[in-house]
Amino acid sequence: MKSLKILRDIWLIFQRNMLLMLRSPLWVILGVSQPVVYLLLFAPLLKPALAPMGAHSQADAYRIYVPGMLVALALAGGLYVGFDLLRELAGGIIERARVTPVSRLALLLGRSLRDVVVLVIQAAIIVVLSLLFGLTVAIPNLLIGYGLLAMITLTSASFSYGIALTVKNPAVLGQLINNVAQPVMLLSGTLLPIALAPLWLRDAANGNPFNWAVTGMRALFTGHPDDPAIWKAAVMLAALAVITIAWSGRKFARSVR
Amino acid sequence: MGIIQTTGLKKSYETRAHRKTTKVEAVAGVDLDVAEGEIFGFLGPNGAGKTTTLRMLSTLLPPDAGEATIAGADLRKEPAKVRAAIGYIAQGGGTQDDATAREELILQARMHGISKAEAQRRAVSALAAFDLTEYADRPCKTYSGGQRRRVDIALGIIHQPKVVFLDEPTSGLDPQSRAHMWDEVRRLRTEGMTIFLTTHYLEEADALCDRIAIIDGGVIVAEGTPDALKREISGDVVTVGVGEDFAEKAAEILTGQTFLTAVETRDGGRIRLAVEAGETAVPLVMRTLEEAGIATSTIEVHRPTLDDVFLTKTGRSLRES
Ligand SMILES: Nc1ncnc2c1ncn2[C@@H]1O[C@H](COP(=O)(O)OP(=O)(O)O)[C@@H](O)[C@H]1O
Ligand SMILES: [Mg+2]
Repeated sequence: MKSLKILRDIWLIFQRNMLLMLRSPLWVILGVSQPVVYLLLFAPLLKPALAPMGAHSQADAYRIYVPGMLVALALAGGLYVGFDLLRELAGGIIERARVTPVSRLALLLGRSLRDVVVLVIQAAIIVVLSLLFGLTVAIPNLLIGYGLLAMITLTSASFSYGIALTVKNPAVLGQLINNVAQPVMLLSGTLLPIALAPLWLRDAANGNPFNWAVTGMRALFTGHPDDPAIWKAAVMLAALAVITIAWSGRKFARSVR
Repeated sequence: MGIIQTTGLKKSYETRAHRKTTKVEAVAGVDLDVAEGEIFGFLGPNGAGKTTTLRMLSTLLPPDAGEATIAGADLRKEPAKVRAAIGYIAQGGGTQDDATAREELILQARMHGISKAEAQRRAVSALAAFDLTEYADRPCKTYSGGQRRRVDIALGIIHQPKVVFLDEPTSGLDPQSRAHMWDEVRRLRTEGMTIFLTTHYLEEADALCDRIAIIDGGVIVAEGTPDALKREISGDVVTVGVGEDFAEKAAEILTGQTFLTAVETRDGGRIRLAVEAGETAVPLVMRTLEEAGIATSTIEVHRPTLDDVFLTKTGRSLRES
């Protein structure tokens, strides 16, 4: 009964947040505009730049570049959702929910799942554009890749919500998010392959689940769904998502204003 | 036995600025006993601790100390039971700009665990009851202040609570919307709800509330029906106008005179005096000022208001704080 109520509540909060998202869809497009511009601007440079990693054609270059960009999008996009929550907090919307018996975990997951949907839409835009530039990827591999991206978004969005509930201040949130996002991106080889980095950086990246995610995604996009990096990434990302959701869910349960 | 009872409710906030931690005692031991079916008012200036008390009673903020029972449920031990019995309408409301009133009402009912069909039915009747049907399907951001406040209240009572906490229901509304809101609050009471509202408007406390508690600096300084509180201050109030230039001097001369109990300078060169009996004090006031060479331009006697009650209890005027 209890788990049914949680599912019902998650669906309720998810629906509401999807509705609001669909009412101002511009944000989804704006969120994806930067990666799209990168994609278009860097397209001519990609092949020579990624040649040391084995990119012999434009399509090869995209197989290396696009997966990293998708992981970066899932990370960064998720990290910024906390600002939305701060606006809702200031508007009394969270408080209004907290005087009802609605599941606190649902307040978090309903929102995070909306963020996953946004990411999936954005990723679809990027993948479709890349197809025009010659990228090819098998559908099952793409779906597994979406699974990894979903877990990354669940993690980054829940993290951002938890931090927002802790610091309660947009300026501080912005600082913190920047300080987290930069090194994580760098250590994930999202935009530049980590293989090109100095050794110590590669060692540091080894313990970073997002780096495994990028490696796994690249394996999927190059048609190697049996690469062990994929399941390693999946296990690590799932664990990370569970930990982050548990932590952030507690913040939702206890947060004051 | 009251439907809301509190003893020794306390809350302080720690704020850090420039590496210095300061502790604000927002609520410093509040005892309340609100009877079922009452419209109870919490009257006090900004920062008195009204919102903090309301948020504690609504389970949103854990008290530092003290006990409370609401509709028979213990605030600390049975927060879920408390939530089921109360509606809480925050000072700033809680509607989404881009959602419509109908969507908000349905969502709120659903968050209370009400089925979809029943939620839709309740939304329709709430919209009608609060005169919102016409705007029901427009985004909340297009509403006037009064309309939006009515949505807030409709949201707070969609699950038919026994007790409704209303934080500053008419703050910032024009007089007409305020009167409308008072009618809504009275209607809720006829539907069997107990209303606990906060306000910093004297007229509101006077006209709308059966009983009030005056709070200042986190402490209740007076409690009772508005009439009883006013009666408590024996005597009358005399306001004399002497002009800006003489106000200070006049106040100085009058302070300590035997025929009055309090002196306070007000805006516009007026001085407010608490006296035993207005009729006998007026000639004395005029003579005293005349002897000092100060001309009185206006003089007015009135029965004490709630502001006078506040002044007597705190030494300040609520209108000016
Ligand atoms: N979150 C908070 N952090 C620090 N101080 C607060 C906080 N909320 C309220 N206060 C302080 O507590 C006191 C009481 O505030 P409040 O309950 O909002 O008063 P009221 O509703 O009567 O205006 C004020 O001095 C206010 O500055
Ligand atoms: Mg307040």
